[in-house]
Amino acid sequence: MTSAELLWFVMGAGVVAYALTAGADFGGGVWHLFARGPRAAAQRLAVERAIAPIWEANHVWLIFVIVALFTVFPRAFAVIGVALHVPLTLALLGIVFRGSSFVFYSYDLRGSDRTKGWSRVFGVSSLLTPVFLGDCLGALSTGEIRWDGHRVTSGYLAGWLTPFAAGTGVFTALLFALLAAVYLTFDSPPEVKEDFRARALAMEVATGFVAFAVLLLARAGAPVLYESLAASPFALAVQLVTALLAVAAMGALYSRRYRLARVAVVAQVALVVVGWGLAMRGAIVLPDVRLGGAGARDEVTRAVLPALVAGAALLLPALFYLFRVFKKVE
Amino acid sequence: MPDLLAARLQMAVSLGFHIVFAVVGMAMPIFMVIAEYRYARSGEPVYLDLAHRWAKGTAILFAVGAVSGTVLSFELGLLWPRFMERAGPLIGMPFSLEGFAFFLEAIFLGVYLYGWDRVSRRAHLFAGAAVAISGLASGVFVVAVNAWMNTPVGFVLKGGELTELELSRAFFSPSFASEAIHMVLAAYASVAFAVLGVHAAALLKTPASVFHRRAAGIAFGVGAVAIPLQLFSGDFAARNISEYQPVKLAAAEAHFETASGAAIILGGLADTESREVHGGIRIPYVLSVLAKGDPHAMVTGLDSVAPSDWPPVAVTHLAFDLMVGSGTCLLGLAAFGVFLRVRRRDPFDSRAFLRAAFVASPLGLVAIEAGWTVTEVGRQPWVIGGILRTADAVTPVPHLLIPFATFSALYVMLGVVVLVLLRRHVVSVPVDVGGT
Repeated sequence: MTSAELLWFVMGAGVVAYALTAGADFGGGVWHLFARGPRAAAQRLAVERAIAPIWEANHVWLIFVIVALFTVFPRAFAVIGVALHVPLTLALLGIVFRGSSFVFYSYDLRGSDRTKGWSRVFGVSSLLTPVFLGDCLGALSTGEIRWDGHRVTSGYLAGWLTPFAAGTGVFTALLFALLAAVYLTFDSPPEVKEDFRARALAMEVATGFVAFAVLLLARAGAPVLYESLAASPFALAVQLVTALLAVAAMGALYSRRYRLARVAVVAQVALVVVGWGLAMRGAIVLPDVRLGGAGARDEVTRAVLPALVAGAALLLPALFYLFRVFKKVE
Repeated sequence: MPDLLAARLQMAVSLGFHIVFAVVGMAMPIFMVIAEYRYARSGEPVYLDLAHRWAKGTAILFAVGAVSGTVLSFELGLLWPRFMERAGPLIGMPFSLEGFAFFLEAIFLGVYLYGWDRVSRRAHLFAGAAVAISGLASGVFVVAVNAWMNTPVGFVLKGGELTELELSRAFFSPSFASEAIHMVLAAYASVAFAVLGVHAAALLKTPASVFHRRAAGIAFGVGAVAIPLQLFSGDFAARNISEYQPVKLAAAEAHFETASGAAIILGGLADTESREVHGGIRIPYVLSVLAKGDPHAMVTGLDSVAPSDWPPVAVTHLAFDLMVGSGTCLLGLAAFGVFLRVRRRDPFDSRAFLRAAFVASPLGLVAIEAGWTVTEVGRQPWVIGGILRTADAVTPVPHLLIPFATFSALYVMLGVVVLVLLRRHVVSVPVDVGGT
């Protein structure tokens, strides 16, 4: 394995970490938006308590992935910046609205009309941002973004407006909502656990249907990806395990074994990301930008790896400490 | 509006907005830690209240800083893909280190803001110190990137591509040390005087408030140390620029012709057609002294390069004078306060001092905006000094006016909301709070 490939896996781990942590923060915002019933206020409070101390740290995984991308694969970064300018800008607006409205909501006078407005902005941007982010990832797989070795030849509307990319966006938002609901069954007060259990079960069913729909859309919308997913025995095995994990998570939720449900759903979401990455078969943007031709330099990858190890040696204990202070980590 | 101009303005608005929140993230943790430390030593509850209130303000500002910083990291690729394609690997190292520093900053800020009752007092204070240190580190790393853009080294240029990269040389580029020191001191000084002004305004209304006196005391202490040091760091930076970025210095000083015994021109409107400065005050020999330490030294002028390679002279010159002028006012304010102290008078009893502090409160941030204008506009027409033109780095995506207008409107709105919220949390403290 070359050091560039190794760094590609490290970035993949960063995407998984972002999905599992920041993804759940977005999902929490969705449940904040859709808080319903007699315990709506308690549901919202549970979401706010769960994400307030950690969302900014979780958000840094995205910056980590972006920085790694332009350091190691600068050509891929340039291609993505041009081809996906519009949906990335929309995702950025979502990120700005989400973060600032949450902090404004948290620090404004409670109960005023203005906090209701911030709450709405927070919820809607938490719902839409993952759709745009997922749409961008989906667009990379469509094969419609073309690059002739010097410039992007497919313009700035290719890929991301396809049904497949949009479906990937919806799927991403559902996965994040699923994660949040499952986490909240674990660390929210007893009176709202049942509410989040019901939501988590509903989301498992919904993500199952949407996953299947996205796979069908991939057949025409992302043929290379579809072939990898449907043809290789390894990819089929990954999908089977993912499906089994989803069933296991539902069983655990049904029998109220929330710790087990959390483990299963974490593994499920991680495998979705890993499965997608493997099905890309060494491409960052299908079909033209491959790991080998994305601008990686030996002198850079050799220097970045030790820097990442040293950084991780500082970072991981600090992250562990953060979660130990604010979450039940057992 | 041409797309290049829209892209440059969007970048300028994004940087200009973010830098305010970035310096707050660097400096406020120091203030909170000092307040909390004083509480631990003295047991005066007013210090704990102060740490709490500052923490709330910092939480708001840090969140806006985090998201606006994310926007910038994406905009590098959204607006300047051809710059990033070439420079990404070289500036990736300081950006990666910055990523880790920012990660630690966010983690320990979470512990600090929400962990008052969850961790021990000592752990809480340590978390605050960790935020301050990682904030300082991330500021230094980001400046390393900008320093490389100003004075690019650590590569061999072959057919327009950067090859044979040396990452550590690129990190410690010639302008790194002077720029990093200048920026760090600027962050501390500007936030200190902004905070001082806020509490000075409150003291003008409620002179007896112990809360605001303690707050102003800490802010003035930090500012009065940082601003005289900035004088020396500015001198260090000027000499560095005169050696490594002579055209930028020439633009900043509106110095058209290479000459010995060069005069400095304060203010005035530089006219690139006639190569003259209209208005402004000329002081002979001073530019030679500032740039080279010798009144008869030769100072390179704009005539050393073709006019097509000149940065916008009038803007760079006025921004430079605005930066130096603002800094000088703050230095005067610090001297005023120290003078009162030496005369055994409490500066916070002096309405003249409090009024001056209130009026001067935005000047540090003004100086930072002006200073970044000097370093960025003064590098034009290059994005990588002498290597890659800004016009060759811009994205081919059209209609860039739309994202520029959108982000500008969004940032104006966020700025207003932040000011309203800060006013509520920090300024409008009830008179009885800490009144004992």
